[in-house]
Amino acid sequence: MKFLLQRIAFYLFTAWAALTINFFIPRLIPGDPVTSLINKFQGQLSTDAINSLYVLFGLDKNASLWSQYVDYWGQVFRGDLGLSFTFFPTPVSEILSQSLPWTIALVGITTFASFMIGTSLGVLAGWRRGSWLDGLLPVTTFLSSIPYFWLGLLAITLLAGPGSFFPSSGGYEPGLVPSWNGAFFGSAIQHSLLPAITILISSVSGWILSMRNMMVTVASEDYITVAHAKGLPVRRVMVSYAARNALLPNVSGFALSLGFIVGGTLLVEIVFSYPGIGYNLFQAVGAKDYPLMQGVFLVITLSVLVANLLADIAYLLLDPRTRKEG
Amino acid sequence: MSAPASTITAVTPEGPEVEATPAKRRRLRFVANPKAATGLIVLGFFCLIAIIGPWIAPYDPSARSSDLIQAPSGRHWFGTTHLGQDIFSQVLVGTRGVMFVGLLAGIVATALSVLIGVSAGFLGGAADESLSALSNVFLVIPALPLIIIVASTIPSAGDLMVALVIGFTSWAWGARVLRAQTLSLRRRDYVEAARATGESTWRIITFEIMPNLTAIIASGFVGTVIFAVMSEITLAFIGISTISEWNWGTILFWAQSQQALAQGAWWWFVPAGLAIAILGTALSLINFGIDEFVSPRLRSSGHTRVKTVDGRSVRMRVGFTPVLGAADVPATPVVRRRRKEEAA
Repeated sequence: MKFLLQRIAFYLFTAWAALTINFFIPRLIPGDPVTSLINKFQGQLSTDAINSLYVLFGLDKNASLWSQYVDYWGQVFRGDLGLSFTFFPTPVSEILSQSLPWTIALVGITTFASFMIGTSLGVLAGWRRGSWLDGLLPVTTFLSSIPYFWLGLLAITLLAGPGSFFPSSGGYEPGLVPSWNGAFFGSAIQHSLLPAITILISSVSGWILSMRNMMVTVASEDYITVAHAKGLPVRRVMVSYAARNALLPNVSGFALSLGFIVGGTLLVEIVFSYPGIGYNLFQAVGAKDYPLMQGVFLVITLSVLVANLLADIAYLLLDPRTRKEG
Repeated sequence: MSAPASTITAVTPEGPEVEATPAKRRRLRFVANPKAATGLIVLGFFCLIAIIGPWIAPYDPSARSSDLIQAPSGRHWFGTTHLGQDIFSQVLVGTRGVMFVGLLAGIVATALSVLIGVSAGFLGGAADESLSALSNVFLVIPALPLIIIVASTIPSAGDLMVALVIGFTSWAWGARVLRAQTLSLRRRDYVEAARATGESTWRIITFEIMPNLTAIIASGFVGTVIFAVMSEITLAFIGISTISEWNWGTILFWAQSQQALAQGAWWWFVPAGLAIAILGTALSLINFGIDEFVSPRLRSSGHTRVKTVDGRSVRMRVGFTPVLGAADVPATPVVRRRRKEEAA
């Protein structure tokens, strides 16, 4: 329990740090891009909306930095992230709440699947060191060196032509209305297959490699020799003795590298015009839509923190030592 | 972008053995590793292109011509763009920007990670607590979105600016690994001995601790360069950094924005992407080389099946002594008797 509380405290601290970074970045912008955008929409913005943008981007030169900071926190807690300029006059929070489920479904599931597949392959590769599985390592290294977005482009060219089963863009059939029915689900799954495969192929090798190296290290531990000497089946030694211990560093590595992976996978959305957070970020960057950019960064960071917390709970379940009181 | 590939978190320097070998032989041993050698050769090739690329490029990368969207041919090895620009020249000229940003960001991030990681590990106490909290925060916050946002708020982000932004946001992994290793080195006998003889803290850090961290620093540097190259290309691809400077990401940006895919112009984005992948693979290979150099166990041994004298093959495994029981010699009587008892 103490472990978990420590982690939660750390994540709260990180969330605070991320929000503070988010507070300071727009204040460091030389010039005043936001003011010019506000002026552009002057006639259409309500006074409230202008005020909220002033607070978010620190345009109110009269207020002290501290009172700006307090106001900013107040707005964030109310879920007010300002108005998007690209999708004027939709509030940023509304856009994000629409696209977040797409990203969580695509990136979340594929990242988890890639971790599971990579880890199991890594267990085999490490256990049977010197077998043909080792020959796969250079191939997977090459695949993991390819940028996600480029692999996506390649996949679209090769697999998604006109008349192909794989659609090349979007999250669902244009005519369908998002709802909880079979037709929509089928279409959504069909659209997510290609991006998901792209992410899987390029992210799986990292897990294979780290798990293989951990298995090689663990395989020479004394307790493995003892397990063999006891006459346990090789399978059991591999799974319950070696893999279980080798898994621990891999899980904590998974938690730590989530930030990297999520950053990369967001680009896949851009290539496939997938209606998720990453595509929002792309649109925001193109249009210099600062409120949307800030909102995207905030949401991504908070989601990664939640994912990290889940990985920590998994670690807690896997490693009995952390459950010990005291 | 991949998971940090390096696994060297706790390296035990084999004191006397390593010191006994002359430095020259050790360096040769690293190059003799086929993975590291391949990686170094490819990296050297890209460095060479980065230096001479703009001079050997057959055309001006921005010059337009009347050959619009042409497939690769003798005149244009990698084909041409929608404006008739030569893609081969663009790739050659773009190498410099990629290598410059990658190496500079790598240097900045490595310097920061050494500074923060080693001082956190060595100083301990409150300094350690706050420095590792700082690096953990930077580790958990998704780096790429942060880089995208920071770079897009800076007007006209050139190569130098992009390199600095990447360098200042991606040092955390290295700092974490270095801190862990410094912690384990700090209480070693030789460090205590140096302290007892009255060496200053700075001398202990630079002459006693740092040499034992070389491998970790090197692999952290290579890892950061991979990340920096990827991030830079990503920034150019989504159109944040200035489009006037050529790099591989800029080529991909134009290919994407001009619908190269829909026009079937595969030559527009394949060369740049392959170049990225090859450079990334080369750097990863160097990192594997460093890993295997430090911990030989990780080497993928080719010959694990060994033929014994009587013609049977045995699979060698780490941690096991193969038992070669000849076929016609019965097993030890103890075992046999126990089997009989069980059967009875």
